[in-house]
Amino acid sequence: MSNQRVVVVGGGLAGLASAMKLAELGVAVDLISLTPVKRSHSVCAQGGINSCNDQTRQLGDNEWKHFDDTVYGGDFLNHQPPVKEMAYWAPKVIELMDRLGVPFNRTGEGFLDRRRFGGTLYKRTAFAGATTGQQLLYALDEQVRRRESEGLIRKFEFWDFLGPIQDETGRCRGVVAQDMVSMEIRAFPADAAVVATGGCGLVYGRSTMSVFCTGSAASRCFQAGAKYANGEFIQVHPTAIPGSDKLRLMSESARGEGGRVWVPRKPHDSRAPRDIPASDRYYFLEERYPEYGNLVPRDIATREIFDICVNDGLSVDSERMCVYLDLTHIPKAELDRKLGGILEIYEKFQGVDPRIEPMRIFPAVHYSMGGLWADYVKSADGGLEAGAPANHMTNIEGLYAIGECDYHYHGANRLGANSLLSCIFTGLFTGPSIVNYIDNQSGGHADIDPATLSGAVSKQQERHDSLLTGNPGSDENPYLIHQELGDIMTRAATVVRRNDQLTDAIEKVNELHDRAMKVNLSDTGSWSNQNVIFAKSLQDMFPIAKSILGGALRRDECRGAHFKPDFEKPSLTAEDPAERRKQAEEWCDAFEKNNDKYLKSTIADYDNASMQPQFSYEDVDTSLQPPRPRLYGLVGADIIEEVWKERAEAKKQQPQMASS
Amino acid sequence: MIALDPAANRPQFINVRVKRQDGPGQEPYWQLFKIDYEPELNVISILQRIAALGQTSDGKKVPPVVWDCGCLEEVCGSCTMQINGRVRQSCSALVDQLLKDNADEIVLEPMSKFPVLRDLLVDRRRLFKALEKVKAWVPVDSYYNMGPGERQLRAAQEQNYPLSQCMSCGCCVDACPQYNKIELERKKDETDEEFRKREEKAWDTAFVGPHAISQAMLFNNHPTGKSIAGERLDALIAPGGIQACGNAQNCVAVCPKEIPLTTSIARAGRATTIHTIKKWFEK
Repeated sequence: MSNQRVVVVGGGLAGLASAMKLAELGVAVDLISLTPVKRSHSVCAQGGINSCNDQTRQLGDNEWKHFDDTVYGGDFLNHQPPVKEMAYWAPKVIELMDRLGVPFNRTGEGFLDRRRFGGTLYKRTAFAGATTGQQLLYALDEQVRRRESEGLIRKFEFWDFLGPIQDETGRCRGVVAQDMVSMEIRAFPADAAVVATGGCGLVYGRSTMSVFCTGSAASRCFQAGAKYANGEFIQVHPTAIPGSDKLRLMSESARGEGGRVWVPRKPHDSRAPRDIPASDRYYFLEERYPEYGNLVPRDIATREIFDICVNDGLSVDSERMCVYLDLTHIPKAELDRKLGGILEIYEKFQGVDPRIEPMRIFPAVHYSMGGLWADYVKSADGGLEAGAPANHMTNIEGLYAIGECDYHYHGANRLGANSLLSCIFTGLFTGPSIVNYIDNQSGGHADIDPATLSGAVSKQQERHDSLLTGNPGSDENPYLIHQELGDIMTRAATVVRRNDQLTDAIEKVNELHDRAMKVNLSDTGSWSNQNVIFAKSLQDMFPIAKSILGGALRRDECRGAHFKPDFEKPSLTAEDPAERRKQAEEWCDAFEKNNDKYLKSTIADYDNASMQPQFSYEDVDTSLQPPRPRLYGLVGADIIEEVWKERAEAKKQQPQMASS
Repeated sequence: MIALDPAANRPQFINVRVKRQDGPGQEPYWQLFKIDYEPELNVISILQRIAALGQTSDGKKVPPVVWDCGCLEEVCGSCTMQINGRVRQSCSALVDQLLKDNADEIVLEPMSKFPVLRDLLVDRRRLFKALEKVKAWVPVDSYYNMGPGERQLRAAQEQNYPLSQCMSCGCCVDACPQYNKIELERKKDETDEEFRKREEKAWDTAFVGPHAISQAMLFNNHPTGKSIAGERLDALIAPGGIQACGNAQNCVAVCPKEIPLTTSIARAGRATTIHTIKKWFEK
C-alpha cells in the first residue's frame, strides 16, 4: 500500500468525491468537516445536474454546446479549458452517479429523465425529484462510509479547519483543525491538503446557504497567502422564500417544469391570484425574453424580478417584495413526482399548498462564483492535462481548492445545474493530479519538522485563548455584528451595485471588522463552545467581505451577476435602419473596448498588516471560444449580433494580424 | 363564528424553557428565556435570538444555548430535538403553530436516546455506524467510467426514492421504545481507540433502528446493491437486528420525511425469514 496521506477539508460533493477517488488510488485520507458529512450544504441543491445526453444529441446538442452555454452564460469570465474539460466529463459523471445508486427520475421506458434549466434550450438536466443534491451527496457519503469501514478513510466530523500548515518554503504540509466538542486543537500532517469548503453566503447574513457556509475556511487560506479571485461575483438566485432565519431556495426546476413567473398588471391587485384573468397578468419574463422565457439565466431573472418590484412597483404584496411563481396549471401527480421536495418545503414553511396557490418568491444570495484562485494545465486539445499536479492547486504549493470554494467554471454567472457537476467533476478529476504531485515530492507527511507542526498549532491556540480571555471590558456581540455585516452587504453588493454605496459599505465594513476583532464572548468555557467558534468564523468573514466590495467597486461595468446601472450599455433606439446599424457598430466598439479593460479575473491578495485585500488582474483564457455580446433580451439584439458576426468573420480572415 | 383580530391576539413575549446540561454525565437544569414576539419565527430563530440576547428571563447573563443545525429547510437532519415533548426538526417547528397548541411556553429538550454533549447537542455517531452495519451502499467495482448503470423502471425509482430521502435525523429511533440510550463512561486507563472500540461493540449488539432497516431494504432493491443482499440480511438477523423491533410504529409517526418505515420493516421481516430458511437448507 502506498504511503501517501492527504487531508481533505469539507465533506460536501467535492470533498466526498475527492476523498473517495483518492482512497481508490491508494491514498490514506483524513476527512475533516464541521458537520457530519451527510449533512453538508450540498443537500440543499434541488434541481439537477447537467450533461448532454442521447436525447439532446439527436437534437443537435453536444459537449461543445454545453461548454458554450456555460461560458456565454458566465459572460466569458470563465477560463475556458477547465469548462471544456468539465463539459466533456459531464455525461461520464452522471453515469457514475447512476451506478452509485442515485435514484434519478426515470422515463416510462426506464431511461434517465431530463428537464430544461436556465440558459440553455436543451433538456440536459438529470434529476432525482427536487432533492438532487441530497441524493448525489448520499451516494458519495455511502461510498466514503464504505471506504471508511475498509480503513482507507478516517473521518473527523465536528472539526473546524483553522488553517494550512506551511513549512519554511511555504509548501502546505497539512492543516490545523479544532475538535468542536472537546475544543482540542491539533495538527493533521499530510502530503497535500484539499479545501472543498463551499461558498460564503453567511457574509450576507441570510442567504439560501446552510449555517456553516461562512467562507471562513477559504478566508483562512486567503489570510495564509492564497489568492482569492472574482470575489465580487455572487449569484443572487431569482426564486427564494423570504424567512427570518433563512431565505429558502425554490429551485429553478420549478420553472424548468413549466412554472411561470408573473405579477398582476394592477399594482397590489387585491384579488386572489386564481381570480385574476390572464389579461390582467403580466408574465414579464415571457414578454421580455420570448426565446428563453422563464428560463433566462439567473442573473437576468433576478434583475427583472427586482426591477418589477422596486422600479415598477408591481410587487404582489405591498408590505413585502415578491412575485408569483405559478405551478397551478400543472397536474398534481406530475408536480409530486418531479418537484415533491420543494413543494413540501414551501408548504411546511409557508403553510400554503403551491399546487393550488401560486408561490410568493423573491431573489436571495445563493452561490459564490468566485473563490480561491486555482491553477490548471491546458492540454493540447484545449481541455485540462489529466494528472498534471498543478490542476486546481492554489498558489500555496500542495494546497488544492475544489468545488464552490474555487473560482473556476462559472465565470460571472453560474448556470443552474452546473454546480453539482463542477463539484463532483473537480473531486474526481484532481485525484490523479494530487497523487502525481505527491510522487514528485522528496519529503512526505512523516518527516515534517516537528517545530513546523507545533508552531502552527500554538499559533491557533493563541488565537483561541486570546478570544476567550481578551476584551474583558468590551460589549461587542458577535451575533449582532454579524447581523450588521449582513445588512450592509445585502444593501450594497447584491443585485444592483452603485459606487457611492460600495464606497460607503467599505468604510462601514472596515469599522465593523475592527469591532469584530474586539468581541466579548458570553461563553468562555472549554467544552463545546460554539460562541468562540462563531466568533472566529465571523472575524474571518471580513477578508472575504472586503474582497467582494473592493472587487465590485473597481469593476466599472456590467458582467453577469455584477450589475452597475451607471455602466449599463444601452439598447438601440433608432428606427431608421442606417442609423440603427450605426448604433450597433458603436455598441460593438464599446463592447470590445470594455472587454479590453474588464475581461479579467479580479485577484485579491490579503495583507494581514493593514487587514486589507490588494487587487490585481489576470487575463482570462478565452482561446477556445471568442467572447461575444450576451444578448438574451436586449432591444436591437438582432442587428448587434449581425454586426458582431461580420467582425468575427473578418477577424478569422486575418488570423496573422489578430495574433500579432 | 366570531372573527378574532389576529393582531390583537399576538402575545408580546414568547417564553422558552430550555433543558441545559454543561457536559456529558452532568446534571441537567432548566432555564427560562423571554423573547420578543415576531410573526413567522421558527425554533431556530428563537435560539439565534437567545444567543444574541445572552441572558435569561430574570436578566442573568448566561452562555448561548448549544445546539446543532445546518440547512434550516429540513433536508440535512441536523437540528433534531424534543419540542414540547415531541421529537422533530427545529427548523420546521414554526412558533405560531407551537403557540396555538400551548400559548404559555415552548419547551426545548435534547433528544432522549443519545448522550448529551452539551445542552441540546447530542452524540449521534451510533446512527451512522448502523448504516455501516447494514452495508448501506452499492458495491461498485470502481469510480472509473464504465458506462451507465442498469436501466430501471419508473416504478422501482418511485419505490426507492422515498427511502433514499432518509436524512439520518434520528427522530425514528428517539421515538422507538426498543431503542435504548447507550452512554458509556471512559475508563481512566483507556486510550481513545480502546474507548471507541468498546462503544462500537455496545452499539453493534443493541437495536440497529428503523432507519437502518429501511436503508438495507433500499439497497436490496437496487440492481447492483442486491449483489450483497444476503450480507445485509445477515446483519439484520444478528443481535440488535430486526427481531428487536416491537412493532410500536412510533417511527413512522414521527418521521419528518414520511418515509414508509414500517413497510420497510415488514419487507425486512419477510426477507430475513426466507433468508434464514434458505440458509438452514443450505447447511
